[in-house]
Parts: sequence; structure tokens; C-alpha cells
Amino acid sequence: MGLNEKPLSTLHEKASYELADFEVPTGREEAWRFTPLSRLKGLHNGKAEPVGGVRVDIDAAPEVTVETVGRDDPRVGTSFVPTDRVSAQAWNSFEKATVITVGRETVTSRPTVLTLTGSAGEGAVYGHIVVKVEPLAEATVVLDHKGSGVYADNIEFVVGDGANLKVVSLQDWDDDAVHVSHHHAQLAKDATFRSFVVTLGGDLVRLSPSVTYTAPGGDADMSGVYFVDAGQHLEHRLLVDHSQPHCKSNVDYRGALQGQDAHAVWIGDVIIRVEAEGTDTYELNRNLILTDGARADSVPNLEILTGEVAGAGHASASGRLDDEHIFYLQARGIPHDEARRLVVRGFLGQLIEKIQIEEVRERVLGALEAELSR
Amino acid sequence: MSTLEIRDLQVAVEDKEILRGVNLTVKSGETHAIMGPNGSGKSTLAYAIAGHPKYTITGGQVLLDGADLLDLSVDERARAGLFLAMQYPVEVPGVSVSNFLRSAVTAVRGEAPKLREFAKDLKNGMDALSIDAAFAQRNLNEGFSGGEKKRHEILQLELLKPKIAVLDETDSGLDVDALRVVSEGINRFRASGETGVLLITHYTRILRYVKPDFVHVFAGGRVVEQGGPELAEKLEAEGYEQYTKASA
Repeated sequence: MGLNEKPLSTLHEKASYELADFEVPTGREEAWRFTPLSRLKGLHNGKAEPVGGVRVDIDAAPEVTVETVGRDDPRVGTSFVPTDRVSAQAWNSFEKATVITVGRETVTSRPTVLTLTGSAGEGAVYGHIVVKVEPLAEATVVLDHKGSGVYADNIEFVVGDGANLKVVSLQDWDDDAVHVSHHHAQLAKDATFRSFVVTLGGDLVRLSPSVTYTAPGGDADMSGVYFVDAGQHLEHRLLVDHSQPHCKSNVDYRGALQGQDAHAVWIGDVIIRVEAEGTDTYELNRNLILTDGARADSVPNLEILTGEVAGAGHASASGRLDDEHIFYLQARGIPHDEARRLVVRGFLGQLIEKIQIEEVRERVLGALEAELSR
Repeated sequence: MSTLEIRDLQVAVEDKEILRGVNLTVKSGETHAIMGPNGSGKSTLAYAIAGHPKYTITGGQVLLDGADLLDLSVDERARAGLFLAMQYPVEVPGVSVSNFLRSAVTAVRGEAPKLREFAKDLKNGMDALSIDAAFAQRNLNEGFSGGEKKRHEILQLELLKPKIAVLDETDSGLDVDALRVVSEGINRFRASGETGVLLITHYTRILRYVKPDFVHVFAGGRVVEQGGPELAEKLEAEGYEQYTKASA
């Protein structure tokens, strides 16, 4: 394969709508080696039978159109091809998709909130959501996941020419939930995409946000905050595929971990293809390990196939709570627990402040306080 | 009236003995200068009193008004009235100066200060130390110059009003203007006569701005000579050489 052909990232060797094209992962594959397959409840091997059980409540801004459509709707599946087995499973198993459309040049007056509430039971739930923002429109969408259950889905964010979409995705599941999700953002010319992911709950959450560009000028900013407690596996796998010139991407994910077998995984893949001259990209992951027994795996990958980039960098740092920080604060009379809280709040708070919806920001800060008081 | 009494204090770092029996008493209204060459254990004394986990106390006592500070946690010592101005204040990302100071004042006073009063105290304190108002919103010590860090330490001293302040080489790395501003802050703090100061320094320069009542020469992990302010002048003229030789 010559450099002028589109090479796929080593982590995404295959793309197909056919489930049969994906072998059942064994855990030895690069894409699955961090994920405890036995806790996926059959999402990866076809054993999780589709049943109902995740209720979708939508509180939509008055300017947007909300529809529930069948699999054959032409707006479904336009922006992505599944690149892993669970994504393909979800694609093949969902029955109804939710399509949210923001019309051309429409500026929404308030966020559109989708609340997905799972209920425990046998089997799994497969979902599909499309958010389509037409040219020059602006919208904010909140995805609020709560409750229990086993859930896999694909979410398409189709952002038109000069359009602006902000997304907040909260994974605030009950302790036993399993959630494997793929966010596919497709940015047209001069489109702006802002994504903020907050993952707090669930036994296993594996969230794969990806960005592709169809024309120059796209700008994606993806932030994430996670707090991992004992026994939780929270995994975020980002892929930004720069295939167009003069696009930007910025990724900043930070997490705190505490307790036995708290496990965070962060994979950050950025590909800058030959034709993507003038790309400006940066990705960052930081983990703060608060106790013994917690583990963070952080793997940034940057594949640059062009010599003409505006900027390309990545950084990853995982460390323990710094004794010197705590000493300094304690030496000013601040008790140990509060000093720890100040440092962690500071570490994650800088990012959380970027959430522009006050209600959501306050809720995330509140949830962080609750985690820190555990 | 408060008294800090250091009795036969012995301290080790990773099994290496650093302090070999320090005796020193600081009372309210007194300023004691501790002078000594690099590596003599001056900073170890400061950090051991404050309770830094790196230092192991192998003997002795540190009494503040009769209660042994060594039995207390770091934050309990601070709330009991001890303050350590650090030589190298650490940067704490994401914690703003104002948030940090309010947390510290709340902890030391035992109740949250009234917001308006606190804002006023903070503004006055910052003005007096020529600290720009925008500082309050910056992250703790992050990107501060050496002089800014030291001024910020003295701002904390003035806000927290401890019974005994230990100042660890607060003068190091300061130019003359910054040294003057910082010294004025220390002098404001001790003007009440209700506080004691233990000023650790390598140079006599700061002592021209902050006049000590007592001078102790530190070498080889203990006090090897003590006297009045005239001892500082002698050190200025003769250096530490005679003490380093004697303790080696």
C-alpha cells in the first residue's frame, strides 16, 4: 500500500456494516486488550439478546425536530461505518432510531436533553441516535445516561457547513450497568464540534468518540472527565481522523481513580493523512491516582503521514496525588481530606468549568463532591 | 503570650541523621535569626517542626505553649498557631489563590470569614505587598516568579496571624525591592508584639530590614553559637568558615 492510498489506523483495520466481518474478540487484539470481556455481558459475542429496557425521554428545544424512525430511514447510518464488533452488533440490532434535526441556520434557544434510563433485566438494549445539524445552525445536545442495564449504541453527530454543535454526554449509570458506545462526529466545511464527556457510573463503560472531516475548516474540541471507583472499568477511546486540510482537533481527558481495581483506560488516536495539510491537533490525557490498587492505562497514538502540519502534539501523564501539594495545603491548616478534595477538584475542575450549561456543570461538580466524600 | 520550645530535637532523613539535638526557645515579641552555611540543617529544622513526612523525628520535643507539636498532624500544628513560610512554595494546579486563602483562613480561624471582610482583608494585604489584584484568580504559585512566591507566603502570614512564624530563607532569590516589600510585611506581622518569629537565612542582608533580637549560628545539625544582633555582624565580616571547620 502506497502512502497515497488511505491507510487505516492500526487500531481500526476494519470497517464494515456486517457483523460477520468482525470476529468475536478474544482479548488479545490491540483494540480489546484492556477491556475485561467477561464483564461485557455478551455484547461482544452475540450472546446478549436484544430486549427493550432503555427509555429515551427527550426534552427538545422548540426549534428542533425529533423523530423516531425505522432502520431504513435514509438519514440513518450516513456518517460512519462500524469499526468494531460491538458497534457493528449495535448497528445490526437496533429497531428504532431517534433522529434530531436542527434546520438550516436555526439557532436553538436551549439545550435539547435526551435522558436514557436503563432498567435492569436479562439481555441487552441496542440503540441508535442521529443528531443532524444543518448548515449554519447552532445547537446543544445533552445525553444523560442513568439507571441500569446492558446497552450498546451508535450516535451520529452530523454537523453541516459552518454549523456548530455542542454535546455533553453524561454516563451517570448505576453501579452494575454495562455501556459500550460509539460517538461518530462528522464535520463538514467550517463546522465546529464541542464534545464534553463525563463518565462516573457503571460497572463497565467503553466509550469511543471519533471525529471525521468531509471538508476543510472543521474544528473539534473533545473534553472528558471521569472518576473511577473501586471495581469500575471506565474506558475512553478517541479517534480523530484528519483526512482534510486545515482542520483542527483538541482532546483533553482527565480522570481521578480511587479504590481497589479501579481501572481507567484512555486511548487517543490521531491520524493526519497525506492530504490533511495544515492540520492543528493536540491531545492530552491526565490521570490522578488517589489510592493504592487503582490503575490507569493511557496510550496516545499520533500517526502523521504529511510533512505539512500546523501543529501536532500529545501528552499523557498519570501520577499519584502529590505529597508536596498536600503538605503545602495542610501546612496552612487545611485538613488532609479537604486538601485532597481541593487538589482533585482543581485537577478536574479546570475542565469542568468548560461545560457551558450551568445546570449540567453544577450537577457534575456536585457528583464530583459526592465521589470525593466516599 | 506564646512560647515555642524546641528541646533536644533530633531528626533524620532516610536514616541519615541531620539534626543532632537542637535547643531553642522563641517567645512572643521575639525575633530569632538562625544563620548557617548550606547543608547545616536549617531547613530541616523548619520542615521538621511543620511536620513534613520526609523527616523522621528520632528524639526530642517541640512544645508550643506546653503542647507537643510532634504529636499533631501537619494541619493541626498550623491550626495550633504555627506557620512555615516555605523556601520553595509548590505549584498547585487548578486551586486558585483566593480559594486556597479562604480555605486556609477558614481552617485556622475555625469558621468561614465573612465574604466581604475577607475580600477587604485580602485586598489590603495584597496592596501592602504590591501584589497585583489579578493574582487572586491565578492558580496557586503556578507561573509565579520567585519574588511573587515569597510575597504570597508573607500575604498568608499576615492573613493567618500565627503565634509563631518560621520563615525559611524567605529572602533567598529576592532583589532589593522585593526584599524591602517582604521585610515590611514581616515587620507589620511582628509589630503587635504578640507573635514570635524564627527567621532562617543564609545571608545577613535581610537582618538590616528585619532586626533580630537573637542570632543563632547553625552548623552540623545543632546551634553552635548564640548571641545578639552583633553576632550577625561578626558573621558578615568573617563568614561561616570557622563553624564549618569546627563541626566537620
